[in-house]
Amino acid sequence: MARPIPASSSSSPASAVLNWFDQRLGVIGFWNQHVGQYYAPKNFNLWYYFGSLALLVFVNQIVTGIWLTMHYKPSEAEAFASVEYIMRDVEWGWLIRYMHSTGASMFFVVVYLHMFRGLMYGSYKKPRELVWTIGVAIFLLLMAEAFLGYVLPWGQMSFWGAQVIVSLFGAIPLIGPDLVIWIQGDFLPSDATLNRFFALHVIALPFALAFLIVLHLAALHEVGSNNPDGVEIKKKKDSSGKPLDGIPFHPYYTVKDLFGAGFFLIVFFFIVFFYPTGGNLFLEMDNFIPADPLVTPAHIKPVWYFTPYYAMLRAIPDKLMGVIVMGAATLILFAVPWLDRANVKSIRYRGLLSKAIIGIFAVSFVTLGWLGLQSGSELQTIVARVCTFIYFAFFITMPIWTAIDKSLPEPDRLTMDH
Amino acid sequence: MINPMTAIRFLAALLTLFAVAFAPSSASAAGATYLPFGHATTTPSDPATLQKGAQLYFNYCAGCHGLQYKRYSRLAKDLNLTEEQVLTNFNFTGAGIGDYVKSSMPKESAAWFGVAPPDLSLTARSRGIDWIYNYLLSFYPDPTRPIGWNNTVFPNASMPHVLWHYEGIKQAQFNPVEAGGHCKTVEISGQCFEGFGETSGGLHSASEYQRDMAALTSFLEYVGEPALVDRERFGPWVLLYLSLFTLIAWLLKTEYWKDVH
Repeated sequence: MARPIPASSSSSPASAVLNWFDQRLGVIGFWNQHVGQYYAPKNFNLWYYFGSLALLVFVNQIVTGIWLTMHYKPSEAEAFASVEYIMRDVEWGWLIRYMHSTGASMFFVVVYLHMFRGLMYGSYKKPRELVWTIGVAIFLLLMAEAFLGYVLPWGQMSFWGAQVIVSLFGAIPLIGPDLVIWIQGDFLPSDATLNRFFALHVIALPFALAFLIVLHLAALHEVGSNNPDGVEIKKKKDSSGKPLDGIPFHPYYTVKDLFGAGFFLIVFFFIVFFYPTGGNLFLEMDNFIPADPLVTPAHIKPVWYFTPYYAMLRAIPDKLMGVIVMGAATLILFAVPWLDRANVKSIRYRGLLSKAIIGIFAVSFVTLGWLGLQSGSELQTIVARVCTFIYFAFFITMPIWTAIDKSLPEPDRLTMDH
Repeated sequence: MINPMTAIRFLAALLTLFAVAFAPSSASAAGATYLPFGHATTTPSDPATLQKGAQLYFNYCAGCHGLQYKRYSRLAKDLNLTEEQVLTNFNFTGAGIGDYVKSSMPKESAAWFGVAPPDLSLTARSRGIDWIYNYLLSFYPDPTRPIGWNNTVFPNASMPHVLWHYEGIKQAQFNPVEAGGHCKTVEISGQCFEGFGETSGGLHSASEYQRDMAALTSFLEYVGEPALVDRERFGPWVLLYLSLFTLIAWLLKTEYWKDVH
């Protein structure tokens, strides 16, 4: 492929510097491969904003996180007060903290929508299996990262949330009880727990996440982006080898995502400035009470983004089985590329059966999320069991309903309908 | 002409309604509490209200309840008072301007009430302003309690009604719990709370007293989150900037995308 910026086209100082670097680092090639000449389908719709938005939130979490660590004290005695110190005495500390706490919730909003996009348009199907599975790994790490972060303010929900989640490992036969002590570094969540959770939250998991995000993008750029039609743009190329329905990521999608980012930031900062607690969903009331191992809150519940899985855990009467079900519910996502046997990718060209099943799945997942926030009455438990069944049935029977469903013919070229 | 702040508040209220509908149990931080006086109408970023609230707080609450995360200096800044005014009027512990607000009670005084009076820095955040407002309005005399007072929002609390000479005394009316039933309101000592009777002997009228308690609640709301003053002040400008940015980004996008068909 021809380089768009020939190495010797200009003798200006700027291009001389660029050439110097290019000859030693291949910066122009890198730029072209991933941005300048990365051809993306021209028909991305609203659903395609969430990938770049997830990256934006990730950067927000890293940057605000750096500033928070400058004032936060990861010790049992000081953690809670240090967060209040950030909220009151550190210049703009409240803004940094709210951006971080709002970012945590918004991360899951965009990631859940991003994943549902993949599910709708079959973005996990060959050749994008690795894009999907790496993405699932990012999702799992993100949940761990969010859980660890929620422990750090050391309020009542931090403490008791940590206690409940870590105790789940205690359900593992034989090694369970010892494993819990090993994870906590103590017999209950304590100073040792807080210190190691801090280390994992600010160093280990962000590094792992960054690494997986690089892999996610590398795999994506190797195979190319899917699109709402699920049609491979690489099948139709012009004489110079460029996909006919592809447009360079830069400038087309950089400006489009810039607009998306602007719109997202309006929502984001509306929450930060006018609604930072998210009606007790983003910052829970009980977490403004310092952790107290002697006082158990009346209703321990996780933050909203864990509630679909929490509802499954609670719906199962046996603790070990509950833990297994909850674990399986996340791990089963890895298998999706090999469960789907449809001959088209996008929901647009799938039959009514697939459309209905994906719709029912989405409704039960949201219902589970709602149920996880409730106190769990008998009726709610029954509904949670039904929804858990639907969740698993969706994946387990996927090879059947994707195979028997009659799909519509895919178009040759992309359709523009935005 | 709609005031932009009113519009934003309205939107936030709508979102709250939505969140409450979505998560009714999220209010359970304070348990299934009966709040007969409803929603507290507070103005936590209005210095005049805060001054009134602070005056009440330091005269009637600060003797027992500290504000351990609140500095006197910040109080001066946010309440439009001089440091001297703050130290003269609000300081009974010999604190310096940079110190935190501590209660005047000696440490061993927990024994007086059976439980140490809690610090109130974050009560507005952990229990909510409606809880505080209703609590302040729900004291009634109860000879069975050691301190002579009880409260329908926080039954059997150890706190006396320190503002009784302003509010006056109102009796609470109870009915026995019906067999096999449970109270729609709140159950105290095996009886259902039915409502409050006439108030008598107060220096203030009921509406004056409620207005004062709203000011005190506003003060505690502000103390729980002093940043809310800045939040509401800067928020509209940030949103305005981002709206312009997004508009320009959209125009840029439209321009670039003209040749994509």
